[in-house]
Parts: sequence; C-alpha cells; structure tokens
Amino acid sequence: MKEDLRAETIRIAGHGGDEIEAYLAEPLDSGRFGGVVVIHHMPGWDAGTKEITRKFAANGYLALCPNLYSREAPGASPDDAAAAARARGVVPDERLVGDVAGAVAVLKALPSSNAKVATIGYCSGGRQSFLAACRLPLDAAVDCYGAFVAAGPPPDVPLHVEPLLDMAGELSCPLLGLFGAEDRFPSPEETALLESVLQEHAKTFELHTFDGAGHAFFNTDRPSYRPEAAARGWELVWDFFGRYLSS
Amino acid sequence: MCTYQTETIRVRGSGKGASGWFPVTDATVCFDHPVHALAEHTLNLDFLNPARGAGARVAVELDAASARRLATAILATLDATPPALLEGVAVDGPGVR
Repeated sequence: MKEDLRAETIRIAGHGGDEIEAYLAEPLDSGRFGGVVVIHHMPGWDAGTKEITRKFAANGYLALCPNLYSREAPGASPDDAAAAARARGVVPDERLVGDVAGAVAVLKALPSSNAKVATIGYCSGGRQSFLAACRLPLDAAVDCYGAFVAAGPPPDVPLHVEPLLDMAGELSCPLLGLFGAEDRFPSPEETALLESVLQEHAKTFELHTFDGAGHAFFNTDRPSYRPEAAARGWELVWDFFGRYLSS
Repeated sequence: MCTYQTETIRVRGSGKGASGWFPVTDATVCFDHPVHALAEHTLNLDFLNPARGAGARVAVELDAASARRLATAILATLDATPPALLEGVAVDGPGVR
C-alpha cells in the first residue's frame, strides 16, 4: 500500500432515487478492493467523518460516506445541515436503508471493486450500520457505540427510535461491535443483551468493550477521545475487514 | 445519546450569522451532542430563518449550568424592565420580515 488516494464529493441515488451527496475516497493503487460505506454520526457529514472515509482509502478500501442530511439542507455546511435535520427528528429507518443501498451499489459498480462491501457507523450511525446489515445483503458490518440496538430510549425520553433486536435473526453478515465500558447509551448491559441474542441466532460476531472509554471514543477532536481504545479499535477494524472484505 | 428532543418556537427579531444580519423567524432548543463545544452533550440554541436556507442560523452550544444562567438572566431582564417598554414593541419594522 502506498496510501495514495483520491477523494471527492459525488452525487448518488439514495432512497427512492433521490439524488444525495456522498464523499468518495479511493486508493490509487492498482488492484481490486473491498468497499466500506461510512455512516456518519448525528452531528453530520462533517470533517471528522470525511477524515475517517479517507483513512479507509489509505488502508486499501473503497470508501463512500453518504450525506444522510442531503435532503434537509442541500448544499449547506455540515453543521447547519445537522441542525436542520435534528429539528425534524430522526432519519427514518427506511430512508437510511435506501441511502445505504444506493451507496453499496455505487461501490460495487466501481471498476476497482472486488464486489464485497461492508458498513461502519458511529454513534447513531452504529445503530444504522446494524440496521443496514439486517436489511441488506452485506459482507461485514461494524457498529461503533450505536445506541438503541438492543434497547429503546428510556421511558422519560420521547424519542421515537425502535430497538432492532427483533431483526437480529436477519443479520446478513459478520458483525464487529466496538463499545465503551463507561457508555450509558449503549450500556454494557445492552451490549450483553445484544451478544446473547446474536448467540441465539448463531450469528458470526465479535463485540469488544473497552475499559476507560465511553461514547464516541474514536472522535479525535472531542473530549470523549480515548487513544488507547481508538487505536485498539482501529486494529480490530483492519483485522475484521481483512478477513471479510478481501478478494 | 442522540436525544433529538428539539423544541421549536416561532420568534421575531434579528440575528447575526455567517453572512451578516438576517431576520429570525424560528428558534430551536435541544440538549444533544454539540458540534464544537467540548462536552458530550450541550444545550443547543439556534436562531433560524428556514425560508432563507439552513445557513441562516445563529448557533450557540452551552453547558447546562450556563444555559440555566442564561434563561434566568433573560427572565430577570424582562421582569426588571418597565412594563410600558414591553408593550407594543413586537418587532415588525422594516428589514425584519
């Protein structure tokens, strides 16, 4: 790997054929590569998420990050778009699945694709990565501290997000879960529940919970950043994708 | 946790955003992940004019204690203002709408 890459904003067909923005990063090496759909966190299609997208390309993957807030604020800066989207509530699950499906199709159609594609998501994107893996035929999926996979919001929180355990049996691919022991959403109890349900369904998975880390420990520009957990987490991602996305 | 608990209210006045002053028509309040403040959650207050696009926005992210002090200060200021000044001062003047 030379770590040379090209990155650019493109437009793809998302849910319902809607045209949405997406950030594409490709290795410049010759050969065929696995694809990764990067699902951004709630604060949006921001610089940190695009940096992650480029990191995948630098490590030999075709990476595509759809802007899940394209419809709410076309052309707006990521933070303004996130504010507009947040005011309207949660991204609907069906729309998310359609947008990820569109991103998967774009990755598989690239000349350098090896036809294998995974998802990885952070924060709300962690739940959405799991959701996409239950609804779409994928080769691997990574859930980074996604809340509301195993349990719904607390009763005093009027948030309309449904847990996803009922669809765990439909998980189409191996799952890697990366969590913080000090996180409350999802809590270690929730990830333990997820583990037991995945075992019941005889799914291929590995869940890792890091001591001394809470939510969003991958975010290098936030106080939640935990370098030890993040470094180990990246090692696990490379190992996982190396096994399931290689040609 | 992404709370997405957003209160939206209609407001009248003006705000100064990235492109200068603009009339604000809406405000949103939520307690959720910030974009810039160095905290996991903050009280996020946006003054908006959606008709002018998502970029017509004045954004503030405050820790909870700061937000309470702000709310208290706003109410205290209004309570200390002579009622006569508060009557009939709805902002409808030129350049506001």
